[in-house]
Amino acid sequence: MSRTDFGPPNYKEMLPPVIEKNYGQWKYHERVKPGVLLHVAESGDELYTVRVGSGRLVSTDWIRDVCEIAEKFCGGYLRFTSRHNLEFLVSDKEQVEPLIAHLNKEGYPIGGTGHAISNPVHTQGWIHCHTPATDASGVVKAVMDDLFEYFTDWKLPAYCRISLACCLNMCGAVHCSDVAILGIHRLVPTINHDDVRAKCEIPNVIAACPTGAIRPDPKNKSLTVNDEKCMYCGNCYTMCPGMPLADPEGDGISIWVGGKISSARTPPKFSRLVIPYLPNTPPRWPEVTDAVRNIVETWASNARKHERMGEWIDRIGWERFFDLTGIPFTIQLIDDFTLASDTYRSTPTFKW
Amino acid sequence: MAKDSKTPLLDQLEEGPWPSFVTEMKRAAEKNDMAKDLLGQLERSFNDKIGYWKHGGIVGVRGYGGGVIGRYSNLPEEFPAVAEFHTFRVNMPSGWFYKTDKLRDLCDVWDKHGSRLTNMHGATGDIILLGAPTNALQPCFDDMADIGFDLGGSGSDMRTPSCCVGPGRCEYACIDTLDLLYDITMEFQDELHRPMFPYKSKIKISGCPNDCVASVARSDFSVIGTWRDEIRIDQEEVAKYADGGEIDIQAEVVALCPTDCMKFDAENKTLKVNDKECNRCMHCINLMPKALRPGKDKGATILVGGKAPIVHGALMSWVIVPFMKMEPPYDEFKDFIRKAWEWWDENGKMRERLGELINRLGMRAFLKAMDLPPAPQMIRIPRANPYYFWDPEEVKK
Repeated sequence: MSRTDFGPPNYKEMLPPVIEKNYGQWKYHERVKPGVLLHVAESGDELYTVRVGSGRLVSTDWIRDVCEIAEKFCGGYLRFTSRHNLEFLVSDKEQVEPLIAHLNKEGYPIGGTGHAISNPVHTQGWIHCHTPATDASGVVKAVMDDLFEYFTDWKLPAYCRISLACCLNMCGAVHCSDVAILGIHRLVPTINHDDVRAKCEIPNVIAACPTGAIRPDPKNKSLTVNDEKCMYCGNCYTMCPGMPLADPEGDGISIWVGGKISSARTPPKFSRLVIPYLPNTPPRWPEVTDAVRNIVETWASNARKHERMGEWIDRIGWERFFDLTGIPFTIQLIDDFTLASDTYRSTPTFKW
Repeated sequence: MAKDSKTPLLDQLEEGPWPSFVTEMKRAAEKNDMAKDLLGQLERSFNDKIGYWKHGGIVGVRGYGGGVIGRYSNLPEEFPAVAEFHTFRVNMPSGWFYKTDKLRDLCDVWDKHGSRLTNMHGATGDIILLGAPTNALQPCFDDMADIGFDLGGSGSDMRTPSCCVGPGRCEYACIDTLDLLYDITMEFQDELHRPMFPYKSKIKISGCPNDCVASVARSDFSVIGTWRDEIRIDQEEVAKYADGGEIDIQAEVVALCPTDCMKFDAENKTLKVNDKECNRCMHCINLMPKALRPGKDKGATILVGGKAPIVHGALMSWVIVPFMKMEPPYDEFKDFIRKAWEWWDENGKMRERLGELINRLGMRAFLKAMDLPPAPQMIRIPRANPYYFWDPEEVKK
């Protein structure tokens, strides 16, 4: 039997010499230009970082390509970020511009730092998931083609994080993003009694429903769903293959805004629902790209410097947000889940 | 676009300036039938607006309970090469730092056994190797083990923990995120590789309150670096910022301070911080990294309970330990994690995350189990209802 539990490669063997030498001794950094950072150590050593967006789904040929670039310009070291960016770590200042020229020539987008849109984190979608309500890579590609200028340039009031999850499982925490794109189902699961009997633990499926919509069906030795209570989260399907709910007409995309993770200025915030449904329109999802661009640009032209999407909305009020963006306010935006009443307004001080 | 293309919809995603995953799939498909059939099945999904992957299936490698996600095509006759197309989660090095020869080794192994497609990286932080048939799993793992790559987590186990770049390249880092991550990953190998919990459990580590790995939103245990003493100020650098004109210190730094604890003397170009009132949000440090730095008495705030919506709604982690020193061998932290896991294991229902359990049984029960004193730092605001409990012991007759 092969060895087990030996753990990941030790990071200490993965660090470039300049980092090994100055580990924990970084003094300050500068944002040189979009996508380029300079970190300076107590020792005076300099480390330039050139950040490049990737599509997240990459071939081994791509990995070898970027290895070759790192070998040529960075002594054979590179790193990835928490948002699927690739970072070239350059300790020789003379190599920075040649590296940038090379990356530009080869079509690698440089950016994603400072007051820009960073690389969207996203999930698998139709490529490799069994519960998606939309694709992931396709939507992200369409959105970032459209918003490309905001990745490569500093044209925004603050940092903007766009994230996508293709169902409510939300691999990758999109629920605290400036703009979250979330795949949703809109139809109740269909029940295949034979599959339920053969493949599902009935008590576990019942317990998996957050609204208590699932009840035993003793006659069929199966389950029933109370359609009026079901809000299509899909957790029953995760527990039980006999309850599929994906549907080409039912599935689509919802848009959430104003979330943040960092505690800078204001505490972290959840993203809030502003568009309950847009259709799945592959390959380029124009309804989604238009909606995201509208939200980003309305924020960009109205917010103050350093004001994240959610901070801007807190200042102007949600009624003004809907007014400025022209997004229609629909009944789905009013919460009716567990802590709903916390979101209702109890003051007559609102804006017209 | 070729006229006889079998993927006319996906071909459209090869255009435009953002890197194209379709181009990557085609590169792999030139040399690999699995990638070719994956492309075909995805085109079908784009056409039909629905996914074609079957529900789950238990596959794995010897000695492990997780780390491989079973995946079968719903259209195996049409796309036989992806009839079985399982995913490896491969534990990445701390901070996603790589030496290129290590990555090249991994590419060689994956080209030999799998689809030549990967995610760099998945949401948990793992390297995702996207697609191999059942009979390739064990040989592929054996080859990976030979070059020093182990599996990450999946299912009801400790998921692969991740951390920010930390002291590797960030002057904000208040804790050694890379070392802490490596240390606890090695410590909890059994919990990572053999699902034994009510549901998944995540640990994410950020070096400062900017929280670059989104720990507060998605991890049962969020570790966020902070400090207890004074922000370090270099007044010479403050003066340079004042002269430089790139930022307006009064308007952009002082006026946006959430606690109003800063004063800028424009005449003398000096900055004063009333540290007692500072809540260490990072805004001023983010804007003036040459002049301002976190203090020297560093450690972490431990927050607990964060998660995405399934099952009972999304939660952000709550402050449970306002300050903990974080130095090797990290015993206090490890004891904390073990104790919380034990309570969760004992009381949690199936598919109930730690935050949901705390919501169900009450913070009071959790703090009692953890033997932690209540502190105002734990809450945003005290309760507004009169429905609270007393321990009979506390009520003296």
